[in-house]
Amino acid sequence: MPEVKLTLNGGEHIVDAPVGISLASLLRERLGFTGTKIACNEGHCGACTVQIDGVPTLSCITLAHSVRGDVTTIEGLRDHPLIDAFVRADAVQCGFCTPGQVVSAAALVAANPEPTVDEIRHQMAGNICRCGTYPRIEEAILHWRD
Amino acid sequence: MARLIRTEKEVEGRFEDVWLVVEEDPLTQWPAGPLAVVGRDATRQDAPERVRGEARFTADIQLPGMLHTAVLRSPYAHARVRRIDFTKALALPGVRAALGPGEAKGLEEEAGFAGAAVAAVAADTFGKARAALAAVDIEWEELEVVLDPEEAVEREMFTAPSARYERGDFERALSEADVVVEGTYRTSVVLHNSMETHQAVCEWVGDTLNVYISTQYIWGVRDAVSKELGISGDKVRVVCEFMGGGFGSKNGPDEYTFVAAELARRTGRPVRCALTRREENTSAGNRNATLQKLTVGAKSDGTIVALGGDFINAIGWSGWSAMTEGPMQMLYACDNVRTVRHGAKINTPPMKAFRAPGFVEGTFGLECLIDELAAKLELDPLELRKRNYADSNDGKPFSSKNLMQCYELAQKHWDRRDEVRARSTDTWKHGVGMASQIWFGGGGPPSYAWIRATSDGRFTVVTAMQDIGTGTRTAMAMIAAEELGVPLDRVDVMLGDSARGPYATLSAGSSTTPSVGPAVRAAAADAKRQILEIAAQRYDVEERVLDIKDGLVVSADGNVSTPLEALLEILGDAQILGKGARGPNPAGMSVLTFGVQVAEVAVDIETGEIRVERVAAAHDVGRIINALGARSQVEGGIIQGIGHTLSEQRLLDPETGRILTTTLDAYRMPTIADVPEIVCEFVDAPDEHLTNLGSKGLGEPPIVPLAAAIANAIRDATGADVHELPISREEMLRALDAAKKKEKRGAPAAV
Repeated sequence: MPEVKLTLNGGEHIVDAPVGISLASLLRERLGFTGTKIACNEGHCGACTVQIDGVPTLSCITLAHSVRGDVTTIEGLRDHPLIDAFVRADAVQCGFCTPGQVVSAAALVAANPEPTVDEIRHQMAGNICRCGTYPRIEEAILHWRD
Repeated sequence: MARLIRTEKEVEGRFEDVWLVVEEDPLTQWPAGPLAVVGRDATRQDAPERVRGEARFTADIQLPGMLHTAVLRSPYAHARVRRIDFTKALALPGVRAALGPGEAKGLEEEAGFAGAAVAAVAADTFGKARAALAAVDIEWEELEVVLDPEEAVEREMFTAPSARYERGDFERALSEADVVVEGTYRTSVVLHNSMETHQAVCEWVGDTLNVYISTQYIWGVRDAVSKELGISGDKVRVVCEFMGGGFGSKNGPDEYTFVAAELARRTGRPVRCALTRREENTSAGNRNATLQKLTVGAKSDGTIVALGGDFINAIGWSGWSAMTEGPMQMLYACDNVRTVRHGAKINTPPMKAFRAPGFVEGTFGLECLIDELAAKLELDPLELRKRNYADSNDGKPFSSKNLMQCYELAQKHWDRRDEVRARSTDTWKHGVGMASQIWFGGGGPPSYAWIRATSDGRFTVVTAMQDIGTGTRTAMAMIAAEELGVPLDRVDVMLGDSARGPYATLSAGSSTTPSVGPAVRAAAADAKRQILEIAAQRYDVEERVLDIKDGLVVSADGNVSTPLEALLEILGDAQILGKGARGPNPAGMSVLTFGVQVAEVAVDIETGEIRVERVAAAHDVGRIINALGARSQVEGGIIQGIGHTLSEQRLLDPETGRILTTTLDAYRMPTIADVPEIVCEFVDAPDEHLTNLGSKGLGEPPIVPLAAAIANAIRDATGADVHELPISREEMLRALDAAKKKEKRGAPAAV
């Protein structure tokens, strides 16, 4: 199996993996980074969102061997102020989509620290939450630095 | 002393009598309103681990040597497996075992819908298992396909006996009515699509089966698996620490659990069986479609004198027939009601409970009909509802009912009608609509909780319930903290393991908080009593003057005021153990939840586009435990309801019965961009007859009235009567067209 070299949350990882494995599967099954969730496995729901060089990326439809750039997962964002903002705003019910929401939101506020409601709705529309925590997510992002 | 009683138990509108051992429950209810902890805002205790991605879901469980399963599903809506041969599949690298029809529960020779499971293969990876499916040699015999529920009813193809109900004399009352309104309403299939798909990991350890499963009912899984395998319930340990949503679809085990258990037995290795998203859309159950032919007769003053309904639940191949006629029987005071409900067996995927099954569908039909009656009588729809207020449920008194207070809370939102309508332009029409809500949600026995106090003054609630994601873990901690008199951060909750805690009920039917909460309070009271007994001996004062407040042991005269941990440290590793049980529901009473929602919409009459701009909700669910969590529940229910009202549509090939929408880009659930302004209020009055808490459940009520409120707002905006869910643009344009034709014939319409 060809090796994958990955810069992940600031650390270097070298792992053998079969050609064709998705970044999401590599993270979860080979590296044990299970904070990234797989909910549809075909790029429709956003649960698997990671950042590559700061850009939100659907890891379930990204080939692991093709990744060039620094990967940031929820495990690399555990000290981000958004974590506490999500907790305070009650922006979590079952929590399965939530890591992906936080990763998307972190990319948003990094590029635009004071997003408007419309900007939040535009940027976050690719992350589905079946429990319907959207108003709380909006509140968490609006007040992420409070 | 333990007492044996016979009592009524309700889950999702289905009643049964159960034997119950109760211990006397001497606790009086707390006073109404927010207390020290209960009734206030609390963030979820497990929110940090969920948000940080540390919570371990079934999907995250990886056991050493674990195999993965792929399930072979029928491509036909109705077919029989004539022959199946795994020789080639088993010869592929990494393939470890295969099961055919009849070798595990849920793998059937006769496939009754496209997506029914017939066989399964376990391999070292999921990819290898799925590849092996292609090598399974299978021969099908196609059978007759019936997809039309009306045809099924004509041919008497039912999943369950039809339900007939009549009180009074419907026909006579209808003939004496001043006005009669009839309408035919249709609701469509709705998919749960929980973010975590249905899945289980099974592992045999000696003669015990460990089942890690994404479930709403660990005890239900335990009982069903032990029964199927013929082993003791205590030999099945079911674990669900965190689950990624369920909404009713995960109330029991299905083929994936039995397949994993059997493959684990045969291979001697742990086995995961997880549905893919596409399988989730074909094979994991759904809210069934309905067809409702409804009639209302009323006097010219608005008094409803007759209500009638013929309901067809298009159940699918399996499932139960929910009480779609429930709202018609229960929501209004009407002496003459006649309903018939059929459960049609057709070759579509199975019905599974989905957030207030039956009542969501039935409320859409009934509450649209009531608004059409109001239009015909030229009466204010809210006034019409108030005039037909029910004071009892078919002669049974309500344990509590504050729907009138909900109407009063809704009045200020209802009064926005003129202001909202005035925003209309040539193409965008604005309007306001409302609908009422009735549903169960009282919970019931049995459920148990233990609580342990340790020498550092901390407490752990132990109960083998599960938290579906509604925040019940936090609600239980709040109840315990309130009773114990300690800050919330002193209480932890251990749940989600059938082998490590007493029985607790399922996370469904809005029943968890009202069922388990009273047991937790009783356990906390038991622990507190023991602590005060110890304090009385230690400080040499009478027990009756002692109390615990904000973590301090205090006496009425002020002579004792000691941190709890200072008292309990003498325990060392000894612990104080409290236990509590849920008592029975009030005999002879109807325990129900109520509410009203007011929706504001805008409709583009040229394109049929509909925007929900604002929803105001007022609900009566007894005492509120966590005010913040309660608001989140209401918002979530409303947002999920917007999906099945406007955009979610499961499409079926009308010829073959194959499902065409198996992905999340085809089956369109609401996103953050679809969310209206949501205003949420509660009556927050304890039900004085219900348990030591007076709390009812809130998981389901918010989704019940929304579709009708939106449809009624659309009528207010455009004059068009929508009769079908989802209200696609096509349905909206059809309704607008029908309204135009009606106007030409002389009836008033706003367009």
